[in-house]
Amino acid sequence: MKLSRRKLITTGLAVTAGASGLAVAAKLARRYGLIPPDGGGLYGPGETLTYAAQRLLTRHSLAREFATSQISKPPFANAVDPLGEEFKRLQKGGFTDWRLNVDGMVARPASFSVAELRSFPKRSQITHLACEEGWSYIAEWIGVPLSHVLGLVGTLPQARYVIYRSIQSDWWESIDMADALHPQTLVAYGMNGGEVPVGFGGPLRLRVPRQLGYKSVKYITRLTVTDSLKPFGKGLGSASPEAGYAWYAGI
Amino acid sequence: MADSVWAPTSGSVVAAATATSRHSAVVRLTHWITTLCFLALLVSGVEILISHPRFYWGEAGNVLTAPLFKLPIPASRATVPTGYGYVLPDQNGWSRYLHFQAAWLAVLTGLLYLVFGLLSGHFRQNLFPARADLSWRALSTIIARHLSFRSASEAEAGSYNVLQRLTYLFVIFVLFPLVIWTGLAMSPAIASAFPAAVTVLGGQQSARTIHFFVSIFLLLFLLVHVGMVSLAGFRNRMRAMITGSPATTKEPR
Repeated sequence: MKLSRRKLITTGLAVTAGASGLAVAAKLARRYGLIPPDGGGLYGPGETLTYAAQRLLTRHSLAREFATSQISKPPFANAVDPLGEEFKRLQKGGFTDWRLNVDGMVARPASFSVAELRSFPKRSQITHLACEEGWSYIAEWIGVPLSHVLGLVGTLPQARYVIYRSIQSDWWESIDMADALHPQTLVAYGMNGGEVPVGFGGPLRLRVPRQLGYKSVKYITRLTVTDSLKPFGKGLGSASPEAGYAWYAGI
Repeated sequence: MADSVWAPTSGSVVAAATATSRHSAVVRLTHWITTLCFLALLVSGVEILISHPRFYWGEAGNVLTAPLFKLPIPASRATVPTGYGYVLPDQNGWSRYLHFQAAWLAVLTGLLYLVFGLLSGHFRQNLFPARADLSWRALSTIIARHLSFRSASEAEAGSYNVLQRLTYLFVIFVLFPLVIWTGLAMSPAIASAFPAAVTVLGGQQSARTIHFFVSIFLLLFLLVHVGMVSLAGFRNRMRAMITGSPATTKEPR
């Protein structure tokens, strides 16, 4: 194959245009918060494309809700690590001493009991929960929208993420404000008409129906509002990327 | 020397060979990127699959649900009853990262190929079959020839026959779009934005099941494709797809 001068010039121009296009896209993506915390490294490009594309397409979209007749009977609870002494002590007391602490970039840090959370405006929704393993179930979840809790404590304007932690210290996750303020993101205390069973994350589970099951952390005890995920753990956003799984799980 | 073995003998062939490549540069580039992506998707897909080698129809399905069918293989999760006394190592993390990254590269490559195919006339000239070739008579002749494993005529070294054209069209315009669609339909976020994309398939678990079958078809295509290339002359065809040089003579056996 002979390379003509014309071909060389066109190729050169195309490469330059492509490279500068990429640079501009990267800058815009950073500015509009379209780069996920695990957007570096070997699989960074794929993760960034997925997160950016879905943030642009699905910022306000609502997860599908189903009819009562479609609820999975019985639902399936994935295995969890053995629950510690602290959990057992709280369980013995009927979870009356369970607290959900909210701190970080908020005007009024607070701590809520399950009873207090139950007294807030509730939302009930029948949604699909899909595990990254491939299985799924449909269940009704009852809880207070996370946006309501965030409204009570007053998130500061610079807030970009909400970190949530389980009583199991190695299980913590985070979501961006688009998911945190989404009307279907619930601090769930009820499931299928009753309390959330312990196997399914009771007494409190954060339900994020537009992402895979592992983002719906069981036994939550603490929310932290932040403008950056860098200072937490290894700086990848949550425990999942530290264990090799994607931070954003809307796939 | 290799050159002397396959050097064209007639003047007209030389002229044709220097004037045009067997495959254009864009076709060759996109072909090999797609190959790479497909292999990455295949390996990571199998890896993801073994965490739950059961399939369902409808919206939801789990180990407490009757499966449509299950694969008789061990699983990488202890919660799946497989009948095997052991659990395979869990490799889902990197498999999922790789699967989606390869999917993005494959989709972007596919878009480039699509635009090129439409603008350059590649689809019209090389893939859409001639009307005359679509008669039952013409089709049955060529199918009979394939079934008797007679080798292709010299003319076919420079252009696809009707069976090839139909197969490639099916892979490019049916299987690839379907595997992308069913893959996206498994995404809870995509399902929230485009619920109809999931419901018309029968549900999220149906999408997963269809995704599996389409992948099997694509794997079958890959195997037959490589088999046919071997029968037609592996080195010549590979050279044509790598360098673009036309395969004009039979290679030495």
